[in-house]
Amino acid sequence: MPFRSASTAVPQRSPMPFLVLGAIALGVIWLLVATGTWTDMMRYRKDIGYLVRQHLVLVGVSGGAAIVTGVLLGIVLARPWMRRYAEPTIQVVNMATSIPTLGKLALMMSLLGIGALPAIVGLWIATLLPIVRNTYAGLRAVPGHLVDAAQGMGMSPGAVLRRVELPNALFVIFAGVRTAMAVNVGTAPIAFLIGGGGLGELIFTGIDLQEYGMMLAGAIPTALLAVAVDFAFGQAQYWLVPRGVNPLRNS
Amino acid sequence: MIRLEHLTKVHATPQGPVASVDDVSFEVGAGETCVLLGPSGCGKTTTLRMINRLVAPTSGRILIDGRDTGGVDPVELRRGIGYVIQQIGLFPNMTVAENIGVVPRLLRWEPARIRRRAEELLGMMALDPARFLDRYPGELSGGQAQRVGVARALAADPPVLLMDEPFGAVDPVNREVIQDEFLRMQKSLRKTVLFVSHDIDEAVKMADRVAIFRAGRLEQYAAPDELLARPANDFVAGFVGTDRTLKRLRRIHVDELAPLPAAQPEDERLPRVLPRDDLRRVASLFLEHGVDALVCVDADGRTHGRVTRDAVARRLAQAGAGGSDPAIGAALEAAAR
Repeated sequence: MPFRSASTAVPQRSPMPFLVLGAIALGVIWLLVATGTWTDMMRYRKDIGYLVRQHLVLVGVSGGAAIVTGVLLGIVLARPWMRRYAEPTIQVVNMATSIPTLGKLALMMSLLGIGALPAIVGLWIATLLPIVRNTYAGLRAVPGHLVDAAQGMGMSPGAVLRRVELPNALFVIFAGVRTAMAVNVGTAPIAFLIGGGGLGELIFTGIDLQEYGMMLAGAIPTALLAVAVDFAFGQAQYWLVPRGVNPLRNS
Repeated sequence: MIRLEHLTKVHATPQGPVASVDDVSFEVGAGETCVLLGPSGCGKTTTLRMINRLVAPTSGRILIDGRDTGGVDPVELRRGIGYVIQQIGLFPNMTVAENIGVVPRLLRWEPARIRRRAEELLGMMALDPARFLDRYPGELSGGQAQRVGVARALAADPPVLLMDEPFGAVDPVNREVIQDEFLRMQKSLRKTVLFVSHDIDEAVKMADRVAIFRAGRLEQYAAPDELLARPANDFVAGFVGTDRTLKRLRRIHVDELAPLPAAQPEDERLPRVLPRDDLRRVASLFLEHGVDALVCVDADGRTHGRVTRDAVARRLAQAGAGGSDPAIGAALEAAAR
């Protein structure tokens, strides 16, 4: 854009949260080093590297698949010709959401055996639901007169979806994706219980053996990953949702 | 030119089929503004939406410049028809410039040309392009948004404009201003405009022709002056109101009373009116000052002549039965005698 008035400039965000987070992180590291736990943790350095990669595959594949399929399913459900089936489907989705993730993983294990595949499928289902719900709700909340205006101006149905409906629903869709990815990253360690690997291996084994260094060697990277993923999607939400419909950027 | 031939829309309802538009035929000449008027649920909006085929007619035809719209791809058809709705429907995810550029973009104009056109239209709407082009709809006032809505409809310079209660959501003061702006613009643009309204005053002000609807049927199709002077039936008479002569007065201007009798020297003290003032102002000056005559003076101070009560009464008698409004009509006629 060649022109942007002062009132429409991107607002400066306060650096406070980052300072606070940094201070807490420094405190934690100091505590770990002072108590000798840091040295305990570093004994698992090689395991951490290997398991983090495995963990990222779990999160990336199941989360990525969930975003793609969830948004597509939400779009289909929000189409006018699906109106009759949309509400019942959403009810089923809601019921499926209320099953605890551990239960879902157990179900997947009984269907698909043990290993990474049932873990990824279980995580995918757990992650899918908030995305479907928010995509559907976001699209349905787009005011009817916007669609009417778009059609009346000669947009094809595809153009109405691409240029009017999706951009106006995008903020809500992103909120769903963020929630879903938080669930995904938070649940991924459980995948270890059905043989899916990942950082859960260090956490659960550490708990069983009462080895706090081992447990923290899994827990701390898990926590950092959760913060990083949420931060990444928060940034994506901030920058990708058009400014006119982005409450974060309407100062 | 737009021609509606036996246009009918039947909806299936739990109580059986209901015709929301029932055998409606009329013709709007090129460059004319036709207001579709009537109470809510009378079929005026459905009629409008059948013209750009947002609603498919059950039977009947619509011809635009002699071409049956039934044979045209609806998406193509709509790109050649400007469309303004009451909720304005500016896309909040797009800037003002992008909103105005929607149809030109669909028509694959060059980006630079779209930008120039948006600047030109904002200028026409009395909005400073430098300040407004890159704003989002959420940063506009109601009146500004409505102007952008009209600009967007005019973007690709369509010959036909459909407006569904376009100024309904604007407060009364701003509505008058926007109506005046639109009338001024329409004078030079000469679009064929179909305009839905439920407000008789708006219809009288904006229309060359008024189509009054009731329960899906066209009750009367006439010029505003004729509609007010000779309502076709009790429904129309009731809808236009008992003060319809007062409403007629606003459509007639002092210079239409010509030839005016020459002013006398003693007329110096009489109240003055301009040639383009409407007769409503004349009548209120008669009543306010308790006089029977005014002096018409143009902006340069030249005296055009006297405006008398009987000249006004004669003019009112021309189009209609005259004096059909009990209060004012009788008063003016009595004064004329």
